[in-house]
Amino acid sequence: MDSKKPNRRGFLKGGAAAAGLAAGALQPAKAQKPASQWSEKGTNKEIIAYGERSRFVTSVRAPVAERDSPDAFGLMFHVLTPLQDSVGSITPSSLHYVATHRGSYVPEIDPKEHRLMIHGMVDRPLIFTMDELKRLPYVTRVHFIECIGNRSKPTHKTVQETHGMTSCSEWTGVLLSVLLKEAGVQNGASWIVAEGAEEIKGASSVPLGKAMDDCLVCYGQNGEAVRPQQGFPLRLIVPGFEGIFQTKYLRRIKVVDRYYMTYNDYGHINPDPKVSALGNQIGPKSVITFPSGGQKLSGAGFYEISGLAWSGAGAIRKVEVSTDGGKSWKDAELRTPAYPMAHTRFGLHWNWDGKACELLSRCTDELGTLQPTRAESAKYFDRPLDANFRVPGADNSVQSWKVSSDGSVHNGLA
Amino acid sequence: MDSLKLLPLVTILGICSHIGLAQSPTYGLGRAPSAEEIRAWDISISPTGKELPRGRGTAKEGEQLFRQKGCAGCHGATGIGARAPALVKGGPPAEPGKAPPAGMEGMHMVPDTGIMALRSPYAVTIWDYISRGMPLNREGTLKPDEVYALTAFLLYKNDIIKEDEVMDAQTLPKVIMPNRNGFANLPEWKHGVPRLAGYP
Ligand code: HEC
Repeated sequence: MDSKKPNRRGFLKGGAAAAGLAAGALQPAKAQKPASQWSEKGTNKEIIAYGERSRFVTSVRAPVAERDSPDAFGLMFHVLTPLQDSVGSITPSSLHYVATHRGSYVPEIDPKEHRLMIHGMVDRPLIFTMDELKRLPYVTRVHFIECIGNRSKPTHKTVQETHGMTSCSEWTGVLLSVLLKEAGVQNGASWIVAEGAEEIKGASSVPLGKAMDDCLVCYGQNGEAVRPQQGFPLRLIVPGFEGIFQTKYLRRIKVVDRYYMTYNDYGHINPDPKVSALGNQIGPKSVITFPSGGQKLSGAGFYEISGLAWSGAGAIRKVEVSTDGGKSWKDAELRTPAYPMAHTRFGLHWNWDGKACELLSRCTDELGTLQPTRAESAKYFDRPLDANFRVPGADNSVQSWKVSSDGSVHNGLA
Repeated sequence: MDSLKLLPLVTILGICSHIGLAQSPTYGLGRAPSAEEIRAWDISISPTGKELPRGRGTAKEGEQLFRQKGCAGCHGATGIGARAPALVKGGPPAEPGKAPPAGMEGMHMVPDTGIMALRSPYAVTIWDYISRGMPLNREGTLKPDEVYALTAFLLYKNDIIKEDEVMDAQTLPKVIMPNRNGFANLPEWKHGVPRLAGYP
């Protein structure tokens, strides 16, 4: 037993035994110990400086199965958000998914030393300190980030495995358009190249139209500084675009006159114009997080089906849920504000009759684009719908969860 | 005055002043970097190669550098079969027996079709990547001559150029890569416009 916490354990065991109650029954109010006995005998850090969650809350991130331990060697490494435990639309920064080409490597950057340079096809190249960036007018917006690799596979058991490479934060920073206008974009410019300060200096090309529209140069995430794993001290947010565009440790923006085909860009090219069109920006996508794979319903009766919907093209307009494998659909309620390019929580009241069934969700975004099923995607691309069919672009196909009569939930792809 | 005649003029003035506003700084924060500071940081190379620095190298020189600079230690003596991604065609998977990481199936972690020299539409992209990112853990230490030579070596080993061809700022962008036309341009991005109308 943890010697720091004898009282709590003692109370929990002793209390139930002393009162002679069946497991799960309520304690009489008088048998409960006073609140002071609950106080944590932790360090100043835990009690005062930076709060910790209850030790009864154990929801954690998990590595993508292909690479189960990070290393310093430098291969790709992904860590998944536990969406099955999520509530609301914001992912705690500590549970935000992580994707890196450098194993466990996270650069340590002193914000006093950090600079952002804007140059290339501009009238006035500029260098900003972090303090100067923070003096500029800022905006705060909720946006998801999703990795192109977020793709449900038959081997995946939980929603963390099938969809855990998407997370949503409240981001605070300066609109990139403000910085670009300060520098004065020249005629003929059509793209920007954004680059990080980490040792490998990852860079991505972003269309100038997108850069001027809604991109953010962020120093804030969920009410505090951007986390090191998320790009401290500065991260470019390209709302709705694949994760790789959300340049961490942002240090340089070069305004250019063509697609620069960086290493990051080249990894994503495709010979088919239709597949290519589905790249970069994430399509409308939703998933039920409860009940989801690996969870268990304790018996027939009332449940709230809960899930997340998002789109790279704008706000979510509608989410529909099916409890009969797609034969009929009901409109779900949106439970959080439907911000553009943001996770939006949906819910639907459900009385489970205790019989095996199949749960699906699909969403429609503000452009009227509907989230496809695998079958619809295969039909559009005129490919056979078998186990090998890969939904082109970022896989935004409908996820099915199969509920067995014993209440267990399984990946419908399996 | 005839107000109808005035209208076009007002419109033109309106456009001019709008551009004028966008072109002058509003907040006056930040400072101008020196030309030297920009040069030191600007490592982005266009597919046209316009930012390529002076220098030259051949595959022969690159073969030696591949050992001397530690590339072989991670990528394998022949550029294949080691822990880091395969750089030369014809080898076993970079991670034998392992599926490519999530989302990278069919991408540059897969042997042969995934070899950078075979998949990249531009030779310049290889130069840019070696220059900014390799050798891992000693990034940014290679001189332009060395990057030209290492790029030439990888192009030669994948049968794209001849062993004695000199790679420099003029020749490198002109190398015809096997996958030069193997990618579709992205549709122009526009706010509020679906990326692929009619899908699904
Ligand atoms: C310490 C190990 C290490 C050393 C030394 C090293 N590399 Fe790499 N290299 C890697 C890793 C790991 C990757 C994959 C990086 C990623 O996925 O982002 C890589 C990627 C590459 C790529 C891109 C390959 C692709 O298909 O994605 C090239 C080209 C490359 N290295 C060339 C070189 C050259 C040339 C040298 C010597 C100057 C070198 N490397 C030295 C580990 C190394």
